Amino acid sequence: MSFHTSKQNGVVVVDVDGQLIVGNRQELKQKVLDELEGGERKFLIDFSNTGYIDSSGLGVLVSLSKKIREQGGELRLANLNEDLRTLFELTKLDTLFNIADTRDAALTGF
Amino acid sequence: MAPNRGGPPPEGCAFVMELPSDLRVIEAAVGYLADRLRAYQFDGSRLNLNFRVGMAEALANAMIYGNGSDPEKRVRLEVELGPDEVSVQVHDQGPGFDPDRVPDPTLPENLDLGGGRGIFLIRTLMDEVRYNDAGNCVSLVLRRHEPLRRASGE
Repeated sequence: MSFHTSKQNGVVVVDVDGQLIVGNRQELKQKVLDELEGGERKFLIDFSNTGYIDSSGLGVLVSLSKKIREQGGELRLANLNEDLRTLFELTKLDTLFNIADTRDAALTGF
Repeated sequence: MAPNRGGPPPEGCAFVMELPSDLRVIEAAVGYLADRLRAYQFDGSRLNLNFRVGMAEALANAMIYGNGSDPEKRVRLEVELGPDEVSVQVHDQGPGFDPDRVPDPTLPENLDLGGGRGIFLIRTLMDEVRYNDAGNCVSLVLRRHEPLRRASGE
């Protein structure tokens, strides 16, 4: 599992390869916080290659979103498969995040 | 009855696993169990969402809240796997806790909390969830076929 960071149209894009779970969530958190501290404000996390997310993974997304908002930025999510969508719906976190079907859709109007 | 040609025993199997309280082993443990379930034709969302997430939550809870992340303490899994369902008992070596004291993470005032969704997910994703009186063992059952859909919000 790993996190790959790139920049597209002024947006920091993080690809989550594998699982986002209690064992690796700190790595994602640190990567995003480093970028935030470096002045970045627009973030997109792409779940195209993500197997599953556990409650710790969801928690880190919520915490990051809050921190980014406090700095005047925004965190968007894209490419959730059907199971991940269900997870966000069950936890009602689909109401908290801007979730796009594709990376391009998420980047549009950012 | 057709002979069993190297596939899983049709009547099912039972085994025990012991894990250290190390969060890094959760992914491998859940992956191993998912492979065993796949041999019994568990697949799709039942395997990849309900089982994987529910199991990962139960292991994380046992390690963090049960065993207090004490590397000397272990988590014991008793697994019974058959063609229709899997049952897993997750024992930790902690003093236990009251699972009913955990607030509902889907209430509007709790939505932006960074934690507190683990037990909710276990209860939502597994078909049966029972804690022992002490609160240091949880019994989980997941059936291969989706049961009748539960009412929305339960």
